[in-house]
Amino acid sequence: MSRESTVRIGLLLPDVLGTYSDRGNAVVLAQRLLRRGIDAEVIMVTAGSRSPGRCDLYVIGGGEDAAQSFATDWLLQHRDLRVALQTTRILAVCAGLQVLGQWIEDGHGRRQPGLGILDVTTSPGQRRAVGEVLTRCVLPGVGLLTGFENHRGMTHLGPDAAPLAVVMHGVGNGSPDGSEGALTPTVVGTYLHGPVLARNPVLADHLLQGVIGRDLPALELPDQEDVRDMHLALATHHPLERLGPVRAALHRRRSS
Amino acid sequence: MAAVAARRLRGGEGVATRGRVLLTLDPGALSHLAQGRHVVLVTGTNGKTTTAHLLAAALGTLGPVAHNATGANMADGAVAALATRRHAPRAVLEVDELHLTRIADAVSPAVVVLLNLTRDQLDRGSEVAAVATSIREGLRRHPDTLVVANRDDPVVVATVEGLPRVTWVAASAGWSGDASLCLRCGRQLATTPEWSCPCGLSRPPADWELHGESVCGAGSTTPLRLRLPGRFNLGNALAAMAAAHALGVPPGDASEAMSGLESVAHRYATVRHGPHQLHLLLAKNPAGWAETLPLLKDYPALLLVINAREADGRDTSWLWDVPFEGLASRPTVVSGDRAPDIGLRLSYAAVEHQTVHDPLVGLELLPPGEVVVVANYTAFADLWRRLAVMSRR
Repeated sequence: MSRESTVRIGLLLPDVLGTYSDRGNAVVLAQRLLRRGIDAEVIMVTAGSRSPGRCDLYVIGGGEDAAQSFATDWLLQHRDLRVALQTTRILAVCAGLQVLGQWIEDGHGRRQPGLGILDVTTSPGQRRAVGEVLTRCVLPGVGLLTGFENHRGMTHLGPDAAPLAVVMHGVGNGSPDGSEGALTPTVVGTYLHGPVLARNPVLADHLLQGVIGRDLPALELPDQEDVRDMHLALATHHPLERLGPVRAALHRRRSS
Repeated sequence: MAAVAARRLRGGEGVATRGRVLLTLDPGALSHLAQGRHVVLVTGTNGKTTTAHLLAAALGTLGPVAHNATGANMADGAVAALATRRHAPRAVLEVDELHLTRIADAVSPAVVVLLNLTRDQLDRGSEVAAVATSIREGLRRHPDTLVVANRDDPVVVATVEGLPRVTWVAASAGWSGDASLCLRCGRQLATTPEWSCPCGLSRPPADWELHGESVCGAGSTTPLRLRLPGRFNLGNALAAMAAAHALGVPPGDASEAMSGLESVAHRYATVRHGPHQLHLLLAKNPAGWAETLPLLKDYPALLLVINAREADGRDTSWLWDVPFEGLASRPTVVSGDRAPDIGLRLSYAAVEHQTVHDPLVGLELLPPGEVVVVANYTAFADLWRRLAVMSRR
């Protein structure tokens, strides 16, 4: 896309999949462009709205079971959007990640088909995974990710899916391989709330660089580094001063 | 035995600790202590403490009232309140949503007030649908209990519709972020002209409603003269008045008694601290913040204090559902265990601020004069404790 045009960020069903405050990801993406002098706008695609027109990037978040089921049906019924989602960049969090998969099994063993954009399937786990998470992202240069997970569904990656990250602390997808989230050339899927892009600005910039097709200059905001340090300590249950090696790795990443 | 223990422990340690001791000595203490009394339980995500205080004031016109006034709202707090005023014929118990069923089973309440159900502390496994289902099943076991319910919250209506004894109050629902889908059938709710669902669930006619700052109900119109700020407190007062009326308090008496309240468990209190005049507010989730933001506009300086301990919920993501973008620019400090989380949220909202872990240290950075303080649950309690200790010195 050209440098002058406005980057359109589509926030999918914030009225339905808004329970875990993942709408903040859209705020972070838009602000990180605006503060670098690139026009951006957030398009709210609510359940009552008509087709939003093409967006450059979609964001979809987490919600309760009934909301997830509603969202899946709604997306399957909106053909234009469904087609757009096949080829557009997406950040999908929690229920949003599950909805993009092949199917989701509910507590009664019923399988609801998903959008089939990701080769993942989701079934209920033994217990809910709740707490701070620390992972190492497989994307080059992104480094450690922190977030807060809160989900019952456990996600299995099929042969055509790769994990976004490897779990260091927490549960993630809940599979024995210790994977967290899912990754394709266009989709970043994760269980991390926080919101994940507020906690991990490098991941936000990775998504944005994909959209605008060039590197972005560094952008420091007040409290951004302290948030990362604090959550790193929380996820590992260690006071910051004892986190020598991990923290050093984090800072190496940040300065690279 | 519980009574003896209660006397010995009175005036001792914290309320909840006293209650826990009593429950350990006698697991049936809650039920024993409630026997022969008219008990009102007040629950909901926001407004429990204020509504319970308003209701206790109204019922106080009839005689002594047992009340868990400090907001210790689980079984231990309820036991301690009942044990402390053993001979009060009436009791008002604020009850945590997740503990309503257990406490209702023990005390067989005369009235349950259900204010609203939105998200709070999601890390406790308290998604709204699960909380609503548990409350519904609990209330079904008490067909004689009168339920005073907010007809403006679709989640509340889905929770109590069909129960044998319901009084509907139009207590308003300011924030609808968790009520876009019907709790009964999962379809999308229509919102205009008033909320309704294709499945037939709709807004019931109100038995009690507000006309400006007057209450219409029980065949009369009664002016309210609340000293507590905010539109939401008018709704809380409406619910309190309906519950008080069910126990025999005429609306005029209730209104007069409620107008005596200036603060509620230190919320809305004004405190002098050094060169500052602090106005204390509590907000702990997106719905509470939606009601609190409009109260901030007239104050020249702002202190926000955010913790994420067990009683607050460990996840601070909810800060991103608060529209801080609308905060007017003024000297602002963010503090608390999670000062960086609220600080980063304000950074993205383009609200200039300073970040200082300790709220009392942060306060020193603000100009002398009036400061409005908004804190979440444990942050508020901590700050109050420290201010109280310092004022005694």
